[in-house]
Amino acid sequence: MNATYLELSWPSLAVAAALILINGAISIALRLGLERKLAIAALRTIVQLLLIGYILKWIFQVDRWYVVLAILALMTLIAGRAAAGRGAVRYHGMGLDAMLSVSASSWLITALGLFAVIHIDPWYRPQYAIPILGMILGNTLTGVSLGLERITDELSARRAQVETLLSLGASRWEAFRPSAQQAIRAGMMPVINAMTVVGLVSLPGMMTGQVLAGQAPEQAIRYQIVIMFLIAAASGLGTVSAVLLVYRRIFSRAHCFLYWRLEERKAGS
Amino acid sequence: MGPKMSVVMLSVTNIERRDPVSGVVLLHPTSLDLRAGEHAVLMGPSGTGKSVLMRSLALLDAIDGGDLRFLGEPVAANDVPHYRCHVAYIAQRPSLFAGTVEDNLRLPFTLYQHRQRHFDPDAVVTLLEAAARPASFLGKAARDLSGGEAQLLNLLRVLQLEPSILLLDEPTSALDEAATAMVESLVSRWAGRKPAETATLWVTHDAAQAWRVGNRFFRMEGGQLEELTEPPAGSTATVREAAP
Repeated sequence: MNATYLELSWPSLAVAAALILINGAISIALRLGLERKLAIAALRTIVQLLLIGYILKWIFQVDRWYVVLAILALMTLIAGRAAAGRGAVRYHGMGLDAMLSVSASSWLITALGLFAVIHIDPWYRPQYAIPILGMILGNTLTGVSLGLERITDELSARRAQVETLLSLGASRWEAFRPSAQQAIRAGMMPVINAMTVVGLVSLPGMMTGQVLAGQAPEQAIRYQIVIMFLIAAASGLGTVSAVLLVYRRIFSRAHCFLYWRLEERKAGS
Repeated sequence: MGPKMSVVMLSVTNIERRDPVSGVVLLHPTSLDLRAGEHAVLMGPSGTGKSVLMRSLALLDAIDGGDLRFLGEPVAANDVPHYRCHVAYIAQRPSLFAGTVEDNLRLPFTLYQHRQRHFDPDAVVTLLEAAARPASFLGKAARDLSGGEAQLLNLLRVLQLEPSILLLDEPTSALDEAATAMVESLVSRWAGRKPAETATLWVTHDAAQAWRVGNRFFRMEGGQLEELTEPPAGSTATVREAAP
């Protein structure tokens, strides 16, 4: 294994960044009007990554548990907010439900991974805790947001079927179940797809990074396997809890379907 | 008027309902006793609360006040699914599930409430004969049904479960004459088998239908229910004498 690690210099970074000009040229040639958006996106990429680079450097130096916890909490808040999603049908409390399901499932599974599988020491070791929670949050938020979008969609589209089931004597759970199955399936699909093609089509970023940094591929692969299962568990758990929280809000104890809590968001807002 | 000695099946006292979002009153305090053998007809302009009342009686929407009793007993939250098996709501637009007619008829038996019962092909074929449909109707895809056939299936799906009260919310308003007659005859056949244990509440806009299916008449306007002392005026009001 050749462990020489090639450091990137600022000029070589500039060469790569200049490639954005290709996109700019395409936009101008085809009159896509994307120049402004491209410039902002490119700038954001550079600024956000530089920023997180400095923040991580600082966190690694300071090496205090409360600093690590604070950054983990911040990451979780951002992921939870993003998971409330852009679905067309919403309900009051959707943001809170998204936050709860993303954070609880991600933290539970991350803790399991860090303490029971990887055995990090000290318990807050930022080089492990931050990227692993980050990967889990990113995937869980996808699952939760797909699941929430699907369940609210299904319930509002299938209102007549839900009420027909209730009229036939179905319990609220029996009336909810067909929609829940669709939603949970939708939420778990990205992870199942990812697990199906991993290594064949996609070489995951973390594994690639470890290999580039000179780590033996065999160890990199072991880490990747662990991560895949952590991601699968967290996003499955997150999706299911989101769907159950919707159930709690949209069906009453007296087996009524509170369809009026689902509001169609106006297009474009 | 209904037979005086028969048992009160469904009784509501001062039930009301407001829009859960805006708080606007949808149903003013309403009281109604429905006795066995009674076939109440509810008429009135659109959007005046007839469906609100029907859905409240089916406990599909929670009532905001008042008292509802079935056979003298209030209905606890846990017993609502059981109650809905007895007091069945038939919507204007039938909602069918993917699959065949038979799949739709079998569906209720997958529910916990009906776990003791089984789909009975013989009973269904008898019902189909009454509706002039061959047994092959069972194999038809639900999505290929006409509006009349869909409502027929919707009704059969409920009747095979032997409910006590049917709440029919304009079940025939989108149907042609033949399909309407079929629905009416299925309902009257079901009610005729156990007149001392069944009752109906039927919403309609059609005065002639009110005469055919009713023996008590109500009018709803602006969320207020009023019992009519005589049947509504209608073109074919002389078709049959007032019901007993």
